[in-house]
Amino acid sequence: MLSEYLERRYRPERRPSPEANLVRDNTAIVGIGQTEFSRNSGRDELDMACEAIKNAVADAGLAIEDIDGLEAFTLERTSMPAIVSALGIPNLRFTSEISFGGGASGANVLHAAAAVATGVANHVVCYRSLNEASGHRYGRGDGYVGYLSEAPTLHYGYYFPFGFLTPLAWAGMYAKRWMHEYGIDPDQLGWYSVVLRENALRNPKAVFNDRPMTHADYLESPMIVEPLRLFDCCVDTDGAVALVITSAERAKDLKQTPAYILAAAQSCPPEQEIQTSYNRPVMSGLPETWYMGQELFRVAGVGPADIDVAQLYDPFSFGALLQLEELGFCERGESAAFCEGGDRIRPDGQLPLNTSGGLLSEAYIHGYNLIAEGVRQIRGTSTSQVEGAELVLATGGPGVPTSGLILRR
Amino acid sequence: MEYVPGIPILKPSLDADNRPFWEAVRRHEFVLQKCGSCDRYFQPPRPMCPECRSMDTMEWVPSAGRGQVYSFVNFTTDRMAYPAMKIPYSVVLVELEEGVRMISNMLDLEPDDVQIGMPVEVAFDDLDEDLTLFKFKKLEG
Repeated sequence: MLSEYLERRYRPERRPSPEANLVRDNTAIVGIGQTEFSRNSGRDELDMACEAIKNAVADAGLAIEDIDGLEAFTLERTSMPAIVSALGIPNLRFTSEISFGGGASGANVLHAAAAVATGVANHVVCYRSLNEASGHRYGRGDGYVGYLSEAPTLHYGYYFPFGFLTPLAWAGMYAKRWMHEYGIDPDQLGWYSVVLRENALRNPKAVFNDRPMTHADYLESPMIVEPLRLFDCCVDTDGAVALVITSAERAKDLKQTPAYILAAAQSCPPEQEIQTSYNRPVMSGLPETWYMGQELFRVAGVGPADIDVAQLYDPFSFGALLQLEELGFCERGESAAFCEGGDRIRPDGQLPLNTSGGLLSEAYIHGYNLIAEGVRQIRGTSTSQVEGAELVLATGGPGVPTSGLILRR
Repeated sequence: MEYVPGIPILKPSLDADNRPFWEAVRRHEFVLQKCGSCDRYFQPPRPMCPECRSMDTMEWVPSAGRGQVYSFVNFTTDRMAYPAMKIPYSVVLVELEEGVRMISNMLDLEPDDVQIGMPVEVAFDDLDEDLTLFKFKKLEG
């Protein structure tokens, strides 16, 4: 019956055994590359994608001739054949694209790793390039005026006519209910944003590298869609990030310390919509993240307490808080208290989070910059390095069919 | 809530599954989709019942359109709002007595007065010749 799955029933016996999972420990991220992150790149997205891919391939110690697979979002506006032509990739034999916006970040790596693990390709590049700040702003409502006369999808037809058409508002609907059910004090919120800004101040590549923020600043920032404030929101960014995935065997001979993929998972539970799953029994949670986390931990054979540092997809601070609860890092309704004061989530804390500044304060490259930071933690090269980091968890966008990774040193 | 003249509302996109709902709203009728076999309501509408997986038991049944506010957000600045609506405006998620939840706006109620748990009843708002939306009114007593 469907209804029992709405009550979060994870059935390991219906899933392949961890030993049968060829991605597990058999694949690795071996190269990371990026462009400058800015508010106005002055370049087009194809140009930035090519630079990020070139940098990632060079970082891995590979040549463009070695690349035989490409992975991207369906949201990606650059054309894959144009990338092949511009970079002069002579041997492409595997491509795929994944939907659901930021939910696809870990899934791109999973599909690349699956292609590598099954012998379909040797070196697959995943990439994301966007002029989100200077070009089209996905998160704004006014962009639809004169551009569309009706809601762009059937589901959104139940939301757009009511002036309800931006991701911050969709998330706010969850946030309001969560705060109501658990009696969250609005003054408890904000510490997540403050700690991420501290991390960004140590990261010269972060967009908000030169803009300190205190908890008082957070509480003074304007309400945008009550109950969420300006400083709850990610930073619209121009930039690109690329990742190179290959087999664990080949990784040994490459330039960098490999970030082995211990687990990678996707999920799309019943009654899933794109950020508006309001017809599930409980709305103060993210079942897609819960199912994805259950799968990650089962395949990896580790638990939440084993994770040394997490990179949570945080389009809004609230989305990261709910993920802390769904991934078992704290109890339900306790994530705001978990982050209060910031000590638990700073780089020397119990669970360091988003050490490059995250989507809130480093850059909003749809989760790709979080995975790159996860790889730097494994290599020991982060600007907010967590001492002895061996296991890193990175998630894709919450509220949509989602995905995630556990990387191992 | 009030509209800003001259800026069109984004209309619902129609298909075979949701057309009966929006046609009923046009007639000022409120209907919900239900599986006649399982007796369960579903939103959004779909071509088959995900519970018993029958392909010919989904039907449209009249609803009194009563329920309560389950959650809401208030648009307090024009950032992230839709320009056709005057600021401030609220968007409510109503849990109907049948169990399904639907997004809408409140008629005749300021955003500051919206509360979770508030009892509401459906009302209809004729925006122009082609578009009627369902809205909610606070149910007194």
